[in-house]
Amino acid sequence: MNEMDDVVREFLVESNEGLDQLDRDLVALEQDPGNRDLLARIFRCIHTVKGTCGFLGFSKLESVTHVGESLLALLRDGARRMNPDRATALLRLVDAVREILGHIEQSGEEGDGNYDALVATLTELQGPDAPAAAAPAEPEAEPEAPAKNMGDILIERGLVEPEQVAEAAEEQKKGDPRRIGEILVEKAHVPPHAIVEALESQTDAKPGSSVADSSVRVDVGLLDRLMNLVGELVLARNQIVQHPIVGQDGMLAATCQRLNLITTELQEGVMKTRMQPIGTIWSRFPRVVRDLSVTCKKQVRVEMEGKETELDRTIIEAIKDPLTHIVRNSVDHGIEKPADRVKAGKPAEGCLQMRAFHEGGQVNIEIIDDGGGINPVKIKAKAVQKGLLTQEQADRMSDREAVNLIFAPGFSTAEQVTNVSGRGVGMDVVRTNIERIGGTVDVTSVLGQGTTLRIKIPLTLAIVPALIVSAGSQRYAIPQVSLVELVRVDGDDIPRAIETIDGTPLYRLRGNLLPLVQLTHALRLVANRWAPPTDRPINIVVLQADGVTFGLVVDDVNDTQEIVVKPLGKHLKGLTGFAGATIMGDGRVALILDVFGIAQGAGVAGKVRDRSIPGESLQVADADQSVWRTLLLFDVGEGRRFAVPLSSVARLEEFPPTAVEIAEGREVVQYRGGIMPLGRVADVLGCADSRDPEANLAVVVHGAGRERVGLVVGRVHDIVEESVTYPPETAGRIVAVSTVIQGKVTDVLDVGALARSFGTLQTYGGHGG
Amino acid sequence: MAESRQLCTFVVDGLLLGIDVRQVQEVFRSQEMTAVPLADPSVAGLLNLRGQIVTAIDLRTRLGLGPRPDGIDPMHVVIRTDDGAVSLLVDEIGDVIESGDDVLERPPETLVGGVRRMIQGVYKLAGRLLLVLDTETALTFDVVRG
Repeated sequence: MNEMDDVVREFLVESNEGLDQLDRDLVALEQDPGNRDLLARIFRCIHTVKGTCGFLGFSKLESVTHVGESLLALLRDGARRMNPDRATALLRLVDAVREILGHIEQSGEEGDGNYDALVATLTELQGPDAPAAAAPAEPEAEPEAPAKNMGDILIERGLVEPEQVAEAAEEQKKGDPRRIGEILVEKAHVPPHAIVEALESQTDAKPGSSVADSSVRVDVGLLDRLMNLVGELVLARNQIVQHPIVGQDGMLAATCQRLNLITTELQEGVMKTRMQPIGTIWSRFPRVVRDLSVTCKKQVRVEMEGKETELDRTIIEAIKDPLTHIVRNSVDHGIEKPADRVKAGKPAEGCLQMRAFHEGGQVNIEIIDDGGGINPVKIKAKAVQKGLLTQEQADRMSDREAVNLIFAPGFSTAEQVTNVSGRGVGMDVVRTNIERIGGTVDVTSVLGQGTTLRIKIPLTLAIVPALIVSAGSQRYAIPQVSLVELVRVDGDDIPRAIETIDGTPLYRLRGNLLPLVQLTHALRLVANRWAPPTDRPINIVVLQADGVTFGLVVDDVNDTQEIVVKPLGKHLKGLTGFAGATIMGDGRVALILDVFGIAQGAGVAGKVRDRSIPGESLQVADADQSVWRTLLLFDVGEGRRFAVPLSSVARLEEFPPTAVEIAEGREVVQYRGGIMPLGRVADVLGCADSRDPEANLAVVVHGAGRERVGLVVGRVHDIVEESVTYPPETAGRIVAVSTVIQGKVTDVLDVGALARSFGTLQTYGGHGG
Repeated sequence: MAESRQLCTFVVDGLLLGIDVRQVQEVFRSQEMTAVPLADPSVAGLLNLRGQIVTAIDLRTRLGLGPRPDGIDPMHVVIRTDDGAVSLLVDEIGDVIESGDDVLERPPETLVGGVRRMIQGVYKLAGRLLLVLDTETALTFDVVRG
């Protein structure tokens, strides 16, 4: 069984690689329908998948690939021509194959997708071309040089007679499993060495095969372990090189010098193994653009430059979704419809250019479209309308700044719908995700000429420069990407330089007010709010994260170091204040601060909202604010609409109806190692629950640990930014206030009151911390 | 049913606890740890185990027992889990005990609170009870403090 699993795994890896290439080839083929090399490659790939899955007993996959192969065979032989319909159907075939492979990977089964319609379409498309589309028959192509068979080579060299080859071929047909060459040798028509020579000439003709032979597939986990070990070696090397004994012994010093060099070289080598060309994620964009431009009825050409630019694989993973979103945005909003383009004096076909290159130890990625550009006036108006800016702020803002407003949280509501349902990310999330890996993103746009998005990201995440500070007798590392400057204020100047407004100390930094956060207070190492001392200097580390600038007051600023970033164990992953940990030169562990998390925890980050891509946890914040800014909209199965403050939502989950069990006479589900009671919002509010009992339950998780409850809702609609005042007299009522959101009367619920009405379980099986 | 198991035993606040010896990676005396602010109180800190960062969980806090009196130098029992190594902080390390033909019994009703929840069962040794720790439960808790 295990052996079988290995075979399947191998099949999955190879097929998935083939499919990525296939997407690219099919899109390329549509541009260049006569390209026989491409057709041959596509045919081979589908053929291989079909052959292997037949052998492994995946009949559904086999039947789908079989019809595809038949169509491809007709195309390859020139009997049918490539057209957009066929291209679309073949691309759908690739999707279907990918879907089935996904099922196989997860469950070992092919899944219950129904591909009859696709099979029917593919069969239908094998019919003759419409007469109008029929093109003059192409001249018979030259037999392909690389695919020359053994018989032909031998005849060409005058070693055998054509009849002898035909005879051998006849034997093969009768069921002789051997190759032509073997049969010929056995019949003593040719000497064996001639066959070997002919084989060599055959292999020479296949380009790239030697490259494939010289590379090995390595498990990513192994590479990560190697990287870890190298990190250790670097630390040990640092300790040895700094040891006082080394200075006293010439021999030892020379050895240390060598150790130093070898370690550096090894570190670079291992880092290189983790590098992947950016082309591995770009390869899917021609397909994405093609599909989207068909949907939007636009013509878009993709140009790529610098596909071979290499990046660490963790970074490649991290930028995949943001890049996809940017590309989709460029096609959807950037490039105009063909008619509008012609009117503006541009070619009907738009151009999306993707460039990647190394510069200054960073990777630069540019996504350039020649579309309509972003209108700063419209952007400002929209921002004012959404309450992100005052009119006055907007008037003062430069065009360049205005264009960058597309990254502002809450700017685009349309994107946030998909954000909840997990289909994509908004531009602000794009920025957050890029900044999270220490990158920056910037947009420039010329109205009428196009838009350029420029992303700069570090080469690797594994080793980053950081500032080491201390607070409360412990050291912490702050990644330098967030660092703006260091300020030291002498005791005498403190009363003048630091003001306190409403309990928040502020420092006047060149005319701007900088909110101050004391690190020990942010980490709750001291209970008292911080008051600036007057008798000693203070150190302020000015930090910026996600558009928020604030000053972090630390006890001491030590030095800057290259640190090896290590993840925290699962018991600490959810802590917002830390991004990881590292091992210092003396062998002790130091925590790496997550600057945005600290800002948020200390309340200096403007808005508390979901900054994570789907799949990561939402931030939980205090629910006792009287103004709820971000609201989650949902229904409970019938027309009425409800909203809850996003700050009281811990997560959104879906459970199959089969996951619901009964404990203490009420519905519960097993969740995160505990038992979570469920409450149906429809029952509490006295609405008819008209949901399909077979459908998955959409659950809004509130609270944590013992207090955690799951609110069963109908469907989650959207996340909106609304200024809703929560009248204090309604405290404790389930429906706190009714208001109009998106043109509909919406009841804003108090989740706390709602949860209390369900009560908690007596014998809660969880492990509240 | 009464399959013989080897249990690595240790003492926490006078209780004799055991876990399957195959789960244990190594045992060593306390070393310097880095405290983790904002974490659950049972997280004693982080330690550097040959370049791997390991979270140490104080079993006393986790089991809801009293704080460790001064003078007891705790021991780390590092166990392997699906999410990497985790260290359990205990008062004192005991012998490896063979369960022999004994039957794992349900935890006695007299046990209360955290201890009872995290115990798989009990072996009756001569003159002493050996509580088998359910490491999965003991190591599952929410991340954020109150």
